[in-house]
Amino acid sequence: MSATVHDVDQQTAVTSLRSKDLLGISDLTPEEIMLILDTADAMQEIASRPIKKVPALRGKTVVNLFFEPSTRTRTSFEIAEKRLSADTLNIAIATSSVVKGETLADTALNLEAMRPDMIVLRHSSSGACHLLSRICKSAIINAGDGMHEHPTQALLDAFTIRERKRRLDGLKVAIIGDLLHSRVLRSNILLLTKMGADVWVCGPPTLMPADIRRFGVTATSSVDAAVKDADVIMLLRIQLERMEGAFFPSLREYFNVFGMTEARMQLARPDVIIMHPGPMNRGVEIASEVADGPYSVILDQVANGVAVRMAVLYLLAGGAEHEEAA
Amino acid sequence: MPDSKSAVVMDADRIARTLTRIAHEIVERNKGVDDVALIGIRTRGVYIARRLARTLKQITGDEVPTGALDITLYRDDLMRNAVGPQPVIRRTEIPFSIDDKKILLVDDVLYTGRTTRAALDALIDFGRPKGIQLIVLVDRGHRELPIKADYVGKNLPTNPEESVQVRLQETDGNDEVVLQQEEAAI
Repeated sequence: MSATVHDVDQQTAVTSLRSKDLLGISDLTPEEIMLILDTADAMQEIASRPIKKVPALRGKTVVNLFFEPSTRTRTSFEIAEKRLSADTLNIAIATSSVVKGETLADTALNLEAMRPDMIVLRHSSSGACHLLSRICKSAIINAGDGMHEHPTQALLDAFTIRERKRRLDGLKVAIIGDLLHSRVLRSNILLLTKMGADVWVCGPPTLMPADIRRFGVTATSSVDAAVKDADVIMLLRIQLERMEGAFFPSLREYFNVFGMTEARMQLARPDVIIMHPGPMNRGVEIASEVADGPYSVILDQVANGVAVRMAVLYLLAGGAEHEEAA
Repeated sequence: MPDSKSAVVMDADRIARTLTRIAHEIVERNKGVDDVALIGIRTRGVYIARRLARTLKQITGDEVPTGALDITLYRDDLMRNAVGPQPVIRRTEIPFSIDDKKILLVDDVLYTGRTTRAALDALIDFGRPKGIQLIVLVDRGHRELPIKADYVGKNLPTNPEESVQVRLQETDGNDEVVLQQEEAAI
């Protein structure tokens, strides 16, 4: 009889995550990544139900603690939490130069005193989640820390690629843009290389970290070389707010050399998909006709983000196996 | 792999005849299969539901819509153990509206009734069916909730220490129902 991918029991090698937290892709094994993606696959269908809610996390409290502005990620987490019936609390704290580690620790300990089950943290300092992980009993989910990692973004990107290409192994993925300031890049490189993809990174030499090759990627400043025969083209935002000084002459110049246009895409495979973690700068890293074109999966990424975050929340809600009962 | 402590209580022929009999009961009770849909509970209920759909097609000539339901997220013991791995979730696939349909919910074994309770809650989130009927291949007793099957393949009196294993071609390579004496440690 004919079998679809969902027909047979998925041969998931592991059935739980080892850590109580999701701090970064670097801590995950390929099997754990597959478990998250398979769980997200099951979660995805919930969005198409008349009642988009399941009772799995009833009675669990999740704090969304955001020290940096974020619309997409915070909204996505909040929707994911609500669809799992968790109680959610949003705390947005504007960062100021005096907010340092100590204040973060104090904030976290005060929150902990109110017994949340999970804390979703976005912070401008790399390593902020690791600090919280050490001092908090709650599960910590990294929603972006400084220029370090943004694991759920990489997971939703991988989910979106797998949904279209049915695999990650052996795909050529070209990542083009601001390679210096991007935590999305780091998490994506870690994940995609773990899963066997051939990752190319491309950007102006001024936005290329000197040691990027040690991550096992091919680095080039030639867009044509990066795009040639690519299965996936992922564009990164030019993060104007993180740039001080002249990294390139002008935005127009950047677009002329690195911007993704339909003409440049011709070198990629005919079934190439175009991705962007958002928010997009149209006419800077991506031309409008590409962003809105038939090969663009940018809005799929947003939709899949909810399912992937539901999977992470669900898998971490059980706690780690070695964790001591309170 | 039956050993001295297990007994085959239904073989492949018996299972096939039983499902054919249940299919006829479905047609009789619902006066045909208009507005009827089958939903199997993952994992083995799904395959039993598909077999019933094939038999119903042979009897009536009509296709009966068939879906798959994963009840994990509705389990009443899901977060009771604060510590430990979470059960693996699989995809629910109900590619039709259940509104105003007669839903035939299919499971392999009826035991405490807790799975059925979870399935009823899950189904209500998909719409408002005209009614829900329960089909099980084996009813082994020991209910902990007020739930009763409408169609039963075999009533099998058991001890709580025993386990009932339904094996199906699609998942296990052969069709049989085995009653197994569990070791005290389990």
